[in-house]
Amino acid sequence: MINASAVLFYIFSGVLLSAAMMVVTVRNTVYGVLFLILAFFNAAGLFILVHAEFLALMLVVVYVGAVAVLFLFVVMMLNVELSHFRETVKSYSLIGSFVGGILAVELILVMVTWNTSTEAFNLTSAPSAFYGNVSNTKALGYLLYTHYALIFQGAGLILLIAMMGAIVLTLRHREGVKKQNVASQLARRAKESVELVDIPSGSGI
Amino acid sequence: MIKAEYFWSEGFFPVLSLVGSIFLIIIPLILAVAYLTYVERKVIAAMQLRVGPNVVGWFGLLQPFADGLKLLHKETIIPTRSNPLAFLIAPVLTFGLSLSAWAVIPFGPEGAISNINVGILYLFAISSLGVYGIIIAGWASNSKYALLGALRSAAQMISYEVSIGLVIIAVLLSVGSLNLSQIVEAQKNIWFIIPHLPMAVIFMISALAETNRAPFDLPEAEAELVSGYNVEYSSMSFALFFLGEYANMILMSAMGSLLFLGGWLPPFHMAPFTWVPGIVWFALKISLFLFVFLWVRATFPRYRYDQLMRLGWKVFLPFSFAWVVLTASFLLTFNILPG
Repeated sequence: MINASAVLFYIFSGVLLSAAMMVVTVRNTVYGVLFLILAFFNAAGLFILVHAEFLALMLVVVYVGAVAVLFLFVVMMLNVELSHFRETVKSYSLIGSFVGGILAVELILVMVTWNTSTEAFNLTSAPSAFYGNVSNTKALGYLLYTHYALIFQGAGLILLIAMMGAIVLTLRHREGVKKQNVASQLARRAKESVELVDIPSGSGI
Repeated sequence: MIKAEYFWSEGFFPVLSLVGSIFLIIIPLILAVAYLTYVERKVIAAMQLRVGPNVVGWFGLLQPFADGLKLLHKETIIPTRSNPLAFLIAPVLTFGLSLSAWAVIPFGPEGAISNINVGILYLFAISSLGVYGIIIAGWASNSKYALLGALRSAAQMISYEVSIGLVIIAVLLSVGSLNLSQIVEAQKNIWFIIPHLPMAVIFMISALAETNRAPFDLPEAEAELVSGYNVEYSSMSFALFFLGEYANMILMSAMGSLLFLGGWLPPFHMAPFTWVPGIVWFALKISLFLFVFLWVRATFPRYRYDQLMRLGWKVFLPFSFAWVVLTASFLLTFNILPG
């Protein structure tokens, strides 16, 4: 007997895989990013099927709502020339297929030898049996801030360093750019900036 | 073989009632959007000592329908060098997203179509997706003005999403739940606008930026970009953008009244106030927020783009970060952390 969630699982994962395939094969890079967004949405659908609604919405908020928008932003600004793209594909095809072949063999080996625990299915609806019957948002919070607090903070630190690196790489101090300084504008008074001059006729200031 | 009774009781009637409740929300919403355009013109006219629409119907009340009919019988023009598929998907996306968010808005204690655990995150996710309609429209139009408007809009919406996210976190800290009904119930004693007043102000201003409304309407600045991302659109495709934009305004107002003004709760738990049904209070609070949208539009000149970015990243972001830390430390110090 096939139930509704199994049908949904095959729909979501089927669309997810074909969208991911389209991301790398489609010619138009903007379509590529749009297929990537479709893939993110279907991954969110898979999360919802295992009752991980917090992760699903975080995936949508962070990846679809922010990261993919910036991808789209960049791809729209760049003019990728397709003829040049085809030449590079040809010159890299040998080494590319070699690396791809190794990856495919590894994946198949992993899939053949993968053992699923019989308790895995029970863990899907309650992310941590330890915290009992709380919503998975709370369970995630408890876990992240107690057992994995150090790792969590470490991940945050790495992101902070990456952010600072991006800022340092792109920050330029250009000469001759007029910047608005709100504080100095507000601190100006009429006395220091305007002067009333009585000019005698026939002469300048 | 499925039994007939099972089909009727488990399949047909629940689906029918779901479709019915969806229509019960969408039709009043579209009417509200239509009359929001009318109210906008009347309110701004009153603020500028004009009369506003007064010809079609009594006091011009049929004006929105006249406008809608006019748009409907115009020709849909698809620019020759555009990307027709993306060009037509963009307005549908904008409009569809602005409707789908209403699935989780609670109109009363049991008034939401779907009362999910992470309701406020869902609203946040949907409102952050709104940028796609605009950016796809700008790209598909293959026009300089449209692309510039779309790029402005994308950068602006991402910047202000950050401060909206922090505002939501500050409120969530005082509720202890992401469920919208519980957020409202937590305001039974005191509306969050009183302890979180600065956050309410930041939310209102960020909502203006998120919906591309004046004084942050740079994506469609008429003076420099003609009309921004929707410059190539005509007829119903334009109407869908228009409806989506106004529905988003109503959505942001609903979000604001759920987070800060206690949703469907009456202002005082006393006899004359509790007689009024909750949905009326909710509608009144939404109208209050919407009035502020129009009031601001009639009052302030447009921001310059660098000023907009400065406000978002250098003023709102540090301030709302500080407020989140302050809220968390306050709740922890006095040992009243909920949840």
